Amino acid sequence: MNTKHFLILGLLSFPIFAGEVTRQIELPAGTFVPLMKNMDAIPVAAFQLDIHAVTNAEYLAFINENPKWQRGKVPRILADEGYLRHWASPTLPGEQAPLDAPVTSVSWYAARAYAKWKGQRLPSLAEWEVAAAMLPEKITRQQILTWYAKPLTHPLPDIFSTQETTAGVWDMHGLIWEWVEDYDSLALLSRAGSDETLSALFCGGAAAGASDPSDYAAFLRYAFRGSLSASHTVAGLGFRCASSPKEPTP
Amino acid sequence: MKHTIIRKPCIASLYCLSTLFRLQSAELPVEKARMTAPPRVPPAITRNHPAKVIVEMEVVEKVMRLADGVDYMFWTFGGTVPGTFIRVREGDQVEFNLHNHPDNKLPHNIDLHAVTGQGGGAEGSFTAPGHSSKFNFKALKPGLFVYHCATQPVGMHIANGMYGLILVEPLNGLSKVDKEFYVFQSEFYTEGAHGEEGLQPFSMDKAIKEQADYVVFNGSVGALTGDNALQVNKGETVRLFVGNGGPNLASSFHVIGEIFDWVYPEAGLIANRNVQTTTVPPGGAAMVEFTTEVPGTFIMVDHAIFRAFNKGALGMIKVTGEEDHEIYSGKISDSQYQTMVNSPDKPLLLPKTNAAQKALTLDESIEAGKTTYQATCMACHQANGLGIPGVFPPLAKSDFLFEDIGRAIDIVINGKQGPITVNGKNYNQVMTPQNLTDEEISNVMNFILNSWGNEHPGQIDPAKVKQIRAK
Repeated sequence: MNTKHFLILGLLSFPIFAGEVTRQIELPAGTFVPLMKNMDAIPVAAFQLDIHAVTNAEYLAFINENPKWQRGKVPRILADEGYLRHWASPTLPGEQAPLDAPVTSVSWYAARAYAKWKGQRLPSLAEWEVAAAMLPEKITRQQILTWYAKPLTHPLPDIFSTQETTAGVWDMHGLIWEWVEDYDSLALLSRAGSDETLSALFCGGAAAGASDPSDYAAFLRYAFRGSLSASHTVAGLGFRCASSPKEPTP
Repeated sequence: MKHTIIRKPCIASLYCLSTLFRLQSAELPVEKARMTAPPRVPPAITRNHPAKVIVEMEVVEKVMRLADGVDYMFWTFGGTVPGTFIRVREGDQVEFNLHNHPDNKLPHNIDLHAVTGQGGGAEGSFTAPGHSSKFNFKALKPGLFVYHCATQPVGMHIANGMYGLILVEPLNGLSKVDKEFYVFQSEFYTEGAHGEEGLQPFSMDKAIKEQADYVVFNGSVGALTGDNALQVNKGETVRLFVGNGGPNLASSFHVIGEIFDWVYPEAGLIANRNVQTTTVPPGGAAMVEFTTEVPGTFIMVDHAIFRAFNKGALGMIKVTGEEDHEIYSGKISDSQYQTMVNSPDKPLLLPKTNAAQKALTLDESIEAGKTTYQATCMACHQANGLGIPGVFPPLAKSDFLFEDIGRAIDIVINGKQGPITVNGKNYNQVMTPQNLTDEEISNVMNFILNSWGNEHPGQIDPAKVKQIRAK
């Protein structure tokens, strides 16, 4: 069974990314300044991040080794009805999910399971934002916003189709949304503290609490993450993996 | 003992009340909300008791026309801008279902100003793409209320078209009228300038500076003009439910040639009589009512008039029926005016004459014509000669112009009224006769015929104009 799937995978995706280990790149330590003023700046240690989002081909390999993550086998509590909806079958991506396009319509649980299978993890919100902020000078906020002025395409474009950050990480803006480990940290913070953070997600209140009220793209990401639950799947939402540097052996 | 005696009836009555309430809620008849796409309004509610009303609202992000040749990625409630009109009755228990289409990129929610409760429903309806949310509210207060998306960044969600109106009818209903319409003003901020073609992305910079490229009624330039005009018969009573989504600009709502019999300013329930212009703020609404006494085309504008002339804030109400010359005669005469008073320091204006002037070269004529154009023609036909789509026809590359230049000269001299077709688009406006000399008309024609890519062999001379004038 597995052999057969690998064969198909090999034939369809040759010679590009399938089967290869996704190259990760080391990002230096930095600081993440949250959108909300009442939140402290968060130091981010050096970490490794995938240079591109996980593709349908890579996800297929994961499913082949972990059939319990096939569409139809995953319990609703771990992924809603939209899970891999655009795949042709539970074991074949098909026309609507090109092998080199990012996998989407996967839940947070599924993304985490994939990362664990790779011996890695999802990036934290702070790590993701730090990596996404390393934009070449020619990319403006307005250009990032322009993604929202275009309808979602079916199928999605391939990875490496937008732009590269100064650190060499691709498609952080303008291809898909991406899961992060603590996607709901904003909501968690508000539950622990006052109502203000959550209510800042809505209506005018936000501007008063924002460190940079003109960073509309950041607002969009915060609002998007805030709308999610861990079992949700969304047509434009995928992920990439991260890992911490190996502890030097004593 | 005393305590028991006192408390017992209290507890009993509380129990009874709560049981009653539960029974009432359970027994409310269930119906689907009355909802329509603009400019239509659902019919008045005739029942005389509360109901449980189910609203199904789908959020759709889609590309639609903003102006001729200009597309925009609208975020919509129900697939239209403004969103679906919802009509319920005071005291109704409303079940609101918000569905976020799976192809949408963004989470959305809804803040209905008719809702009493946190965020007006925003928190209860916050929904990821491909999901649905449900919340309930009781329509406590009657009135006309704006609803809008309140997801961050709110300004962007509103700027992209996420607003509409919900009417909570008072227990006794609204007064009966013959026609009701849904008119909603809002503005759009595009990366390209007004009229620049193609799919135009939202401009954050212009939105923050409040420099709108388009100010429109019902979501696009021309949504309520020409064939889309609101149709009314003479003698009918009309009620407009007027909303404003902004996101930034207050509307000075006015209907040219009509006086509102009644205005419910801020859409409250106290009415004002005989109003010319009413202010409708962003996130606010008004109800205006009037009777159509005479036929004609009545233009709705934001009386901050550059918005109407240059940015699209125009709509039309076409009233058909018999003329009543006692109320309005139309133009009765047009004659040459000589000043009444011969002021000592201001000599009597003499009729202009062409006799002594020497003939101009084509270049000189074009240069002179440019000045005349700027003073006389530009307000309507625009500096770029493109006019205003659907309202003022273009002169640049105009098939109507080049088809018959003599006719064009005649229009400058005598004016023109009624429908014409220019480059495949229909126009129905009035151009008044222009008080220009033969020389000025020949110059301005030479300017028009040789600008904005227009080319015309030969030169129009004053004699040609004179000849046409003599006809």
